[in-house]
Amino acid sequence: MLTCKSGRLAAAALAVTLMGFTANTAKGQDKLVKIDGSSTVFPVTEAVAEEFQASKKGAVKVTVGISGTGGGFKKFARGEIDISNASRPISADEMKAAKENGVEYIELPICFDALTVAVNPQNTWCDTITVEELKKLWEPAAQGKITKWSQVRAGWPDEKIEIFGAGTDSGTFDYFTEAVVGKAKSSRGDYTASEDDNVLVRGIEGSKYALGYIPYAYFAQHAKRMKAVKIDWEKDQLPAMEPTMENVLAGKYNPLSRPLFIYVNKKAYETRPEVRDFADFYLDNAAALAEEVKYLPLPSGAYEAGRKRLKSLQTGTAFAGHAEIGVPVEEIMRRSPVAEPKDKPAEKK
Amino acid sequence: MLATDRIIFRTRMTDRVFSILGGLVTLGAILFLGVLLFDLARDGLSRIDWQFLTSFPSRRPAQAGILSAWVGSLLIMVVTAVTAIPLGIAAGVYLEEYARKNWLTSIIEINITNLAAVPSIIFGLMALGLFVYRFNFGQSILAGGLTLGCLILPIIIVATREALRTIPRGMREAAYALGATRWQVVRHHLLPYSMSGVATGVIISLSRAIGETAPLITIGALTFIAFLPPGPIATDPQFAIQPFKWVWSPFTVLPIQMFNWVSRPGEDFVQNAAGAGTVLILLTLSMNSVAILLRYRIRRRIKW
Repeated sequence: MLTCKSGRLAAAALAVTLMGFTANTAKGQDKLVKIDGSSTVFPVTEAVAEEFQASKKGAVKVTVGISGTGGGFKKFARGEIDISNASRPISADEMKAAKENGVEYIELPICFDALTVAVNPQNTWCDTITVEELKKLWEPAAQGKITKWSQVRAGWPDEKIEIFGAGTDSGTFDYFTEAVVGKAKSSRGDYTASEDDNVLVRGIEGSKYALGYIPYAYFAQHAKRMKAVKIDWEKDQLPAMEPTMENVLAGKYNPLSRPLFIYVNKKAYETRPEVRDFADFYLDNAAALAEEVKYLPLPSGAYEAGRKRLKSLQTGTAFAGHAEIGVPVEEIMRRSPVAEPKDKPAEKK
Repeated sequence: MLATDRIIFRTRMTDRVFSILGGLVTLGAILFLGVLLFDLARDGLSRIDWQFLTSFPSRRPAQAGILSAWVGSLLIMVVTAVTAIPLGIAAGVYLEEYARKNWLTSIIEINITNLAAVPSIIFGLMALGLFVYRFNFGQSILAGGLTLGCLILPIIIVATREALRTIPRGMREAAYALGATRWQVVRHHLLPYSMSGVATGVIISLSRAIGETAPLITIGALTFIAFLPPGPIATDPQFAIQPFKWVWSPFTVLPIQMFNWVSRPGEDFVQNAAGAGTVLILLTLSMNSVAILLRYRIRRRIKW
């Protein structure tokens, strides 16, 4: 009797597969906007998708995946998705892949992501820190070795440094390690880690010898309880920069801030009203929704420029295949985008 | 006399020590599980209500829910079970009862055992190339279910073979002696007798599959999806029967939804994640209890 049942199951399995093949031709009737890519951009896109679906009353469906920026661009270049979420500009290789498949794209910055290095207000010695010093403190080799302030910079107190940072599952962790250590997820492990920023704030607030990194927007809400450390980046020619909205928007707070992007498939935008509506809706609502999910919105002019770029179908990237850190968003929007990767621009002297 | 007493005493002590040690280890494991469940339930139980089970994901933690996630998990499991169970049992029966013992079958056997230990992400990569692109299934429930089906196939095969081996040789010989064909022996004796072992293997493998994230992310499972797969009967715009259209639908599953919520800052999303985790554990536990029930009922029917 039992074997009978499994025989029937096998027949059902076969039926599913066969019926499936015939149904395959019928798929794609629904109005569907497919998005994939960076998990950092995900919260913003999710918020936009949620609102967009509500405004269309379910007539258009939106799906968002988190394959990562690289994984998203791979699918984007094959034309599998309509919009790619990206936490960095498209790379030269990805540009080539897209060109080979005849995929043209419109590049749109949508908001900022920034981190603050914060210390206790009673901390009198640490006003600025260089990226090199941050690396010395946070790289995996520092584990168990760099335990005192004096080891980070000579002259700082010979006291135990208490460090706080993001939990390893968060995008904040990936971003900080990438910007400071040079490799995502590469960090020392002996620090107080939490996914909950409240825990980090309380930790930094509670100890004179604490140092931690938290998302900028979160710092801004608790600015009285902590002191932001100015970041001195050896690779730019600017003085140490304080994390303020102005500095972030001007592209001066580096390397701990970066613009986030979406890339829209030009053909999908032109030919499919649901994709066009979604992209337009994104730019119209990005500022408010980005703030709601604790990201920094762009200056309003940038969204206006983005709308123009969409309307005139200006394809290509302003970065020519290189992730440049520290380009103000106005500058990004002023450049005319290109479809071919170029050699890396000479370092500014 | 004295010497033998001492030996007996020492052996008994060793016996006692080992049983105490074993008991402590078991207790430790159970305690650990208990703490884990308690911690998850404390955060998550209060979050589980009708709204949580019937809402789509949202940026607002209080309005977010796991509807698309648990429906996705369930449908993936259906495809996985429908494909992997019959194939796995058939392969197990063939290898154990039909196949000649030669170098070819030994190679197959070794490979199946090895496959059971291959990391799940490897299955994801294979499925991405084969199901998603070569067969053009896309990022669908069908592709996801088949991926997990491949993942648990070796486990089911191994479990089936182990179950068949526990049947005494005499049962087979008696059946053959009465003139039964090989198929009759398999169908009327071996399969029913081994069913409890097979069922255990199947449920354990399904419980493993339901918690998998990596291979599904690899083949392109989604994170935000605020609609359900199409039902068997279309209502708009015109009436149509489409019993298998849902297998082509994009999907997300509970562990992916949970992972996404855990990685977000904010206490409320952590609570959501705990809620989703509690639902996942409840699903797994209920699957396991079905296995135990099934085993018990089947065993009662067998009278040797």
